[in-house]
Amino acid sequence: MHIVVCIKQVPDSAQIRVHPVTNTIMRQGVPTIINPYDLFSLEEALRLRDKFGGEVTVLTMGPPMAADSLRKALTIGADRAVLLTDRFFAGSDTLATSFALAQAIRKIGEEFGAPDIVFAGKQTIDGDTAQVGPGVAKRLDLLQLTYVSAISGLDLEDKSITIERRSEGGVQILKTRLPCLVTMLEGSNVVRRGRIEDALRAARADVVAWNAKDAGIEDVTKCGLRGSPTVVKRVFAPPPRAEKAAQIDLAVHKTPNDMAEAMIEAMFAHSPSLEGDMTKLAAGF
Amino acid sequence: MIDEKFDAIVIGAGHAGNAAAYTMASRGMKVLQLERGEYPGSKNVQGGILYADMLEKIIPDFREEAPLERHLIEQRFWFMTDRSHTGMHYRSDDFNEDRPNRYTIIRSQFDRWFARQAQAKGAVLLSETTAVELIQDAYGKAVGVRTDRTGGVLHADVVVLAEGVNGLLGARAGLRETPKPAHVALAVKEMHFLPPEVIEARFNLKGNEGAVIEAAGTISQGMAGMGFIYTNKESISVGIGCLVSDFAENKTSPSELLDAFKKHPSVAPLIEGSEVKEYAAHLIPEGGYKAVPQTFGDGWVICGDAAGLNNAVHREGSNLAMTSGRLAGEAIFQIKSRREKMNAENLSLYRKYLDDSFVMKDLRKHKDMPALLHTQAQNLFLTYPQLVSRAMENFVRVDGTPKIEKEKDTFRAVRKARGFGVIGDAVRLALAWR
Repeated sequence: MHIVVCIKQVPDSAQIRVHPVTNTIMRQGVPTIINPYDLFSLEEALRLRDKFGGEVTVLTMGPPMAADSLRKALTIGADRAVLLTDRFFAGSDTLATSFALAQAIRKIGEEFGAPDIVFAGKQTIDGDTAQVGPGVAKRLDLLQLTYVSAISGLDLEDKSITIERRSEGGVQILKTRLPCLVTMLEGSNVVRRGRIEDALRAARADVVAWNAKDAGIEDVTKCGLRGSPTVVKRVFAPPPRAEKAAQIDLAVHKTPNDMAEAMIEAMFAHSPSLEGDMTKLAAGF
Repeated sequence: MIDEKFDAIVIGAGHAGNAAAYTMASRGMKVLQLERGEYPGSKNVQGGILYADMLEKIIPDFREEAPLERHLIEQRFWFMTDRSHTGMHYRSDDFNEDRPNRYTIIRSQFDRWFARQAQAKGAVLLSETTAVELIQDAYGKAVGVRTDRTGGVLHADVVVLAEGVNGLLGARAGLRETPKPAHVALAVKEMHFLPPEVIEARFNLKGNEGAVIEAAGTISQGMAGMGFIYTNKESISVGIGCLVSDFAENKTSPSELLDAFKKHPSVAPLIEGSEVKEYAAHLIPEGGYKAVPQTFGDGWVICGDAAGLNNAVHREGSNLAMTSGRLAGEAIFQIKSRREKMNAENLSLYRKYLDDSFVMKDLRKHKDMPALLHTQAQNLFLTYPQLVSRAMENFVRVDGTPKIEKEKDTFRAVRKARGFGVIGDAVRLALAWR
């Protein structure tokens, strides 16, 4: 079995600051990490490999320094890393990114065997669109399983996969055929630390670096800024909330019940429609 | 199970570890380096000043690539009271030389670079990997380490412990004691970010020139300690440190001292309007010569802070660390090239190299200083700064008092405070310095 996991190197959002005047993100000196959502997909891929055998290839598109993230994925346990890097890719939006990644996955299929499953992160913490995974699936004509909370079955003979998927109002259990694209939900697993053998192997491994041509991309106008119809019109920081929180006077409301009553009263006073809605809902029980 | 065996495993990617790894890898040895931080430098804390000479001996052309902040052209010593400082400044245009002698550095950047140089020479670096146990054979010879990752033991002919002041391995294996509170200083520092031109204006600098202030006096509240202010390119490092035992005894915390230091009327204008982006704390081994543990044994050597190689009097540590790492690497290479065993007898070559270098010579010279600074702390850090300040104020303030009265006041103050003790203090200091 061959699994491809798409990851992205992102700035550690916990350490990012917004420039007070220009409202742009100040990336200078901010450490980079693997997009945290991608780690759930990487771990799931490794678990499938450990159980069913095969190989996990990690793929990323980015500047040469993105190799650090790939090496980290190798340390965690991936078998192979491919870096898609070319100046033609600079400024890609989700459309251009999914195009380039899809091409690279085709190429990976030719070089190292066609993938049975492609994993991607649910979304990134810097772009937050959740579009690239589905975009790749569409371009490669893969069935897509997003927001997956568990993979409950995989049958390589039958070429089928059974998953649990969180959706509004419940959990869907879906069975579909391979190959497919999966994005994992956060919290669906805990990423492993990587054995010392993997760390040693990763430290010495060569990261395969491909430019557009290597990845079999002939039409570079579909890449990077030229291939990106998205236009950033304005970047702004949301204004701080103007309303002040209402306070419950603990000198007046002394018992827990009293406090709760006072809080509910304050909430209903603030949004009168809430009372009606909640009464209606409560009537159902 | 890992079948592979390395010539040497270096624990740590600070100055000592990087120097050792580079020295051995560049001589063709098979070196594995373990670093517990996310990357080399991510956990390393220093003021920090880089001494060029010691790095030149390892990487002669380091200036071309290494991430350096400012080269130092001015050193200020401040003797402080709560409202004043008496300063001695040394500034020389000679320090604007082709190959400057001292630089400020930011460890998270510098260490990463230094480790990369070792990697370029073939050293294999595993980050986020903590060595937790020194593996010894039946005869007690160190043969490898176990890490906090699952999987096998990593084997090597020799283990270089460059794991820092708080290193786990040496203490756990009983090769050295965990540092005693009276032998380690706890220093804290903040990075205050300011535009380069503001820093240059405030410190009278241009371009990449830098200045250093080292301050002692009432800022340490009668404890043995020092404050410092270093100029980086776009930030100012402000810090202060005292012995851990003193903090415990006086029930004060480093952050209290640092807050007071930053508010001092001599310091506040230098950092006004800055943005603090980083707060760091670090233990500094200050036990001096007498606290240096056994530095070698069967299959192991110990370098840098882990060996307590720090010159508290001269505020030097990084150069001792770097040099000890290099000397360990050179000694190990010597032994290997003679195809001899990495036993204690052969590895004593490392200690010989240390003894012959400035590292042990300087530490031996000041071997009595730590004890003196500790026992005479009240005098040295509270009484004398106040006396000096009073003398200076008497000297410069013009208020119609006859000069003879002012001088009498100065001498009376000295006599009252220390009497003939002044002479004793001077003799003690001179003896310890000798």
